[in-house]
Amino acid sequence: MATVQENPLTEGLERAPVHPTNLIIFGATGDLAQRKLLPAVYNLAHEGALPERFNLIGIARTDQPDDEYRDFAREAIKKYSRRAPDETVLSSLLERMRYVGASFDDPAAYEGLSTIADELDEEAGMAFNRVFYLATAPSFFDTIAGALGERGLDKRERAEVRLVVEKPFGHDLASAKELNRALLSVFDERQIFRIDHYLGKETVQNMLVLRFGNGIFEPLWNRSYIDNVQITAAEDIGIGTRAEYYDRSGALRDIVQNHLLQLLTILSMEPPVSFSADEVRNEKVKVLHAIKPPTIEEVPERVVRAQYGPGVAEGKDVTGYLEEEGVAPGSTTETYVALRLKMDNWRWAGVPIYLRAGKRLSRRVTEIAVTLKPVPHLAFQESGSLGVRPNQLILNVQPNEGVSLSLVAKIPGAKMRVRPVNMEFAYGTSFMSQSPEAYERLILDTMRGDATLFARDDEVEAAWGIVDPILEAWENASGPLPQYTAGSPGPSEADGILLDHAEWRPL
Amino acid sequence: MTVEVWAAENTTPADIDSALRKLLEEQHAAGETLAPARVVNMVAVVDASWRGEVLNRLERVGRYHPSRTVLCAVEEGRTTLDASARLSADGTGDPSLISVVEERVDIRMGPSHLTRLDAIVDPLILPDLTTVVWAPHGHHEAIEAMRKLADVVLLDSSDDPNPGRAIGWVCHLQENCYVVDLAWLRGTPWRERIAATFDPPERRAALRQISRVTIRHRPDSTVSGMLMLGWLASRLGWTPGSLVAEGGRHHGRARAGKLEVSLQLDPVPDLGAPGLGGITLETADGMMLSLDRSEGGLAAKRRMPDGSTSSWVVMGASRGEAGILGEGIRQALLRDPTYGPAVRCAGAMVS
Repeated sequence: MATVQENPLTEGLERAPVHPTNLIIFGATGDLAQRKLLPAVYNLAHEGALPERFNLIGIARTDQPDDEYRDFAREAIKKYSRRAPDETVLSSLLERMRYVGASFDDPAAYEGLSTIADELDEEAGMAFNRVFYLATAPSFFDTIAGALGERGLDKRERAEVRLVVEKPFGHDLASAKELNRALLSVFDERQIFRIDHYLGKETVQNMLVLRFGNGIFEPLWNRSYIDNVQITAAEDIGIGTRAEYYDRSGALRDIVQNHLLQLLTILSMEPPVSFSADEVRNEKVKVLHAIKPPTIEEVPERVVRAQYGPGVAEGKDVTGYLEEEGVAPGSTTETYVALRLKMDNWRWAGVPIYLRAGKRLSRRVTEIAVTLKPVPHLAFQESGSLGVRPNQLILNVQPNEGVSLSLVAKIPGAKMRVRPVNMEFAYGTSFMSQSPEAYERLILDTMRGDATLFARDDEVEAAWGIVDPILEAWENASGPLPQYTAGSPGPSEADGILLDHAEWRPL
Repeated sequence: MTVEVWAAENTTPADIDSALRKLLEEQHAAGETLAPARVVNMVAVVDASWRGEVLNRLERVGRYHPSRTVLCAVEEGRTTLDASARLSADGTGDPSLISVVEERVDIRMGPSHLTRLDAIVDPLILPDLTTVVWAPHGHHEAIEAMRKLADVVLLDSSDDPNPGRAIGWVCHLQENCYVVDLAWLRGTPWRERIAATFDPPERRAALRQISRVTIRHRPDSTVSGMLMLGWLASRLGWTPGSLVAEGGRHHGRARAGKLEVSLQLDPVPDLGAPGLGGITLETADGMMLSLDRSEGGLAAKRRMPDGSTSSWVVMGASRGEAGILGEGIRQALLRDPTYGPAVRCAGAMVS
């Protein structure tokens, strides 16, 4: 039998208890709160996954009473929740919402927040944990953190205080370091949760299980057997209404620096001693440190950027990037980037790592393709074969979550003719369950204090260290970017960075 | 939604198996984006007159449903097997997305088939998948026949009006099967909330001070109350005594070290859904926690030893009976190490 220190009642429960929490969202009327955070909080409430005592305090510039904010939240949840809301649960959740209308540099915001949070604690007769979620423009991150520190809201007796920071975390290495410094001058690293929502996806977490829960892969997972790795995040949509953000960011900052490098770290890290947050993140950081950033001189031969031009998407004519509303005339922001990296460590030395991300491509797909080396001698040279291709292990992140292994098989008949076939595993066929939204998992983790799926300060800086020389090289380059037709697989220039016999996976 | 159907009268398991394979081949040839689900086999044994009701229940379970269902409808006097098979794919119409195919086999059989149900069903279940057997209308002989073939027995111990007999049956099955009990799953939110209440380190000592437990339940859900008491007793190391039935209520005592814990089960006639209606825990130093069903979750009330009180709602949507059944199917793929000890403690209270 367990001792009283262990709470024997939690044994066997799928959901461990979470300490009573006040979730404070800065930017509570913004797009992220509306589309992701409020629906995620509702779904956690619906499933009974929120702490037994829970309140949400929204802060934004709009001056409005609590009830108007509740109306806003109700509409957002109804519109964007993955399930139709249960009216009784929704009403119960809305009752727990409070609102403070003030700008983030206004001391009144923090006075209002402090007053409400203290009232809620007093009413419950206990100290709630506090999770400050910064769903604001990045320019406010240090302002808000500083203001929280000045008012002593960064720490609490008998309760935990945590800070959740959305991407983008900086726009280059220097700004990321400066932001880390600003946040760490107020909060301890263990209090800071830097969100990369890709890490909340079930399939991404499953990569850890696939690699470290199956003995079949580990013996092959090295330079002796792997020819190259390709990670692709292709979108078929354009920039939509995000021109203001995207034109300042581009594909390298928006996707590669965070999502794709995170996928790469999980794919290539050494087995951690345990799955505790720091053990996992220690291994991920080692991967990032092993990647040798391209020098400015190497950038042209290892990195390709381009913009989508006019073309056809879903059977309709679409404009090119430069004609999109809100894009600066003559903008040199890339909507496509492809790059080749290399890792200097025993496991991966000499294995090219290809990353590519882009908008307005022919298909929406996020996948990791691990291509094995070809067999040393091919005995099947009969004519009529479709050809023997090296085995590929494809980890599909979206839209068809699953794993596929390409093999070579004999075509029925008298001759020894062969063709590639696929061994498919689709998560949907084996679990028949709807994966929770990444934000549901991540918000719950912040309330639990589990930072395994969040980026640490050194991780973020190491990732920026890899892309910084590329950004610098691009700043010094002149002339328009190569164009690719909207709805196509991307620019032909991307083939130029591939080594030897490598090919891009068809989109 | 695409559907493929095959049917035959006076058939054999081998013919049904052959027909299923053919249907799958045809469906695969029709579109490579159709992928057969491979999660769990469910063998459901039902009275023929309630077949439609059981199918409705299975269709409402939502996202957690068996990938291959073998529905055995038992008709008095029947001596032959009639069967049909169908594949259905619930696709979105988007050709770039995979549509998952479910398979269902309906067999009409007689009572005499039940004692050799394993031989009939064996060719029809997919090897390497967990096989669940569920007989919501009794048919214990079918369960006995399936015990070597099935990995999991799904049941609702509240179905038997005699709680002692229900718990005894579960204990018997647990000798060589894993049991998923819907009556236990109805109590999950209650167990989670009680565990959460005592989770803050400063409250854990109160677990050793519990002096009284009162459970309110729907009159036909006495077993749910007993399982809750069994859970507390097994987790907290109590030695339970016998429960005494008196006017529909049950009361008894458990020994928790030097402390005696008073146990009470009170039926509440006007509860809509089966299961628990409320629970009150009191400690020797005067703390009291109660949880009761309410709109939007569970209404919680707490009185501290100093007399201060607070109340709040623990949010959570009702899963409904369809959701409970779906959860039962999902739990067939998991293992809850606390159910067995809880049942044994509950058994000790009714013996």
